[in-house]
Amino acid sequence: MSIEALKETIGKVLKDVDVVIAYKEGFDALHSTPHFITSPEQIDKMIWNPLCVHNLTTYLPSMKNKKVGVVVKGCDSRTIIQFIQEGLIERGKVVVIGIPCKGVISVAKVLKAIDHKPIENISFSDNGDITITSEGEKKVLSLNDVSPDKCTTCQYPTPLIYDHLIGEEIKTEKPAESVYGDIREFEKLSLEERLKYWQGEFDRCIRCYACRNACPMCVCQDSCIAETRDPHWISQRLNLTEKFMFHMIHALHLAGRCVECGECERVCPMGIPVNKLKRKINLDMKELFDYEPGVKLDEKPPMFVFNVEEAKIKEHKI
Amino acid sequence: MPDVALQQELRIIGFLCNWCSYGGADTAGVSRFKQPTDLRIIRVPCSGRVDPLFVVKALLNGADGVLVSGCHPRDCHYSDGNFYARRRLEMLKRLLPFLGIDDRRFHYTWVSASEGARWQETVTNFTKRLHELGPLQLKKEVSS
Repeated sequence: MSIEALKETIGKVLKDVDVVIAYKEGFDALHSTPHFITSPEQIDKMIWNPLCVHNLTTYLPSMKNKKVGVVVKGCDSRTIIQFIQEGLIERGKVVVIGIPCKGVISVAKVLKAIDHKPIENISFSDNGDITITSEGEKKVLSLNDVSPDKCTTCQYPTPLIYDHLIGEEIKTEKPAESVYGDIREFEKLSLEERLKYWQGEFDRCIRCYACRNACPMCVCQDSCIAETRDPHWISQRLNLTEKFMFHMIHALHLAGRCVECGECERVCPMGIPVNKLKRKINLDMKELFDYEPGVKLDEKPPMFVFNVEEAKIKEHKI
Repeated sequence: MPDVALQQELRIIGFLCNWCSYGGADTAGVSRFKQPTDLRIIRVPCSGRVDPLFVVKALLNGADGVLVSGCHPRDCHYSDGNFYARRRLEMLKRLLPFLGIDDRRFHYTWVSASEGARWQETVTNFTKRLHELGPLQLKKEVSS
């Protein structure tokens, strides 16, 4: 796809929306940042490359009163479908500009590969090579080596919902079984090992709530029960129980709703695999109710509905 | 009937719906059925009121086991509360082992107000199972 075609489309879309959300260069060469375009002269500042990691749809529920255009990758488009399923946005108020995506970078993985040196320049070639200049030295990385985990098993490189598609559709070559491979692998551990793993991970949590704030499906905003005093679910005490409880709140409130965009993991300053719990629940939802979040417009999330006779839930005996 | 009185008592939390299971527990009591005393009952309006987080919070904060009981499917006082509960609790039942908590520590079932004997059986068996598992030991120390 060409950036010119994208800019042209945004120019057209901008005529009948209040704002178009896209990406622009961030504070350094490695970071991009959301770009809110309200007038045509702002269009030129926008960029499109594998640095565009954010899920921009996260702004949509809070912009309900406006008509919004938004640039989405394949994974981000699932969020829009999920929003519509849950009635959080109106389809008519969103113009979706979809871009088939070959994968993005993980800033953490790039920084690790170049030893956290300051980056002066970064460029991308069509074959998936990334050339990074830092401290006068050039280094070539492959996109596949520094992309986030979600890209390595991506099933939906082409947006599932769009009004304008920029560029050619891409079909995935990654096997569908690979998506939950790590979850199945983890389930082979013993109960003690799993408990130890989670306690070790959650113990590092600093309760900055960045995972919650970045999550597009966390829509309670000021009423989040992790912070309300009435009801008082968790205290300010600094201990593992409270941290564990916070992550349980996040995971269970996303049961059968998580679109696996990976924003929670991307923003976690402590590198906790926050998305894993939600993906485990998604795997169960797939097995129990044959449901995958954010894929079909006419479905309802499994926790929102029920069947009088559940085919796959058996009564438990003691 | 196992003699649990000789062992140390465990902390088991029971969430019982007001209309069926709480009545069922009452029936068991009125009928003078012998029951273990480890269970502490919390009455809720409906099993649909039971947020899976109630169970997690209880387990993380010192309970050794949690029992949720509501009206039989199709018998809900609010017509569909227990249908939602069934999906949520099943989801939780599958998640607990992923966290490293034995899912035998959590049980959900349906007991109607007339089923005093069924209630006695449920409580007795669940308590017995938990005594076999012993207290739930999560790492308790305060982190950095």
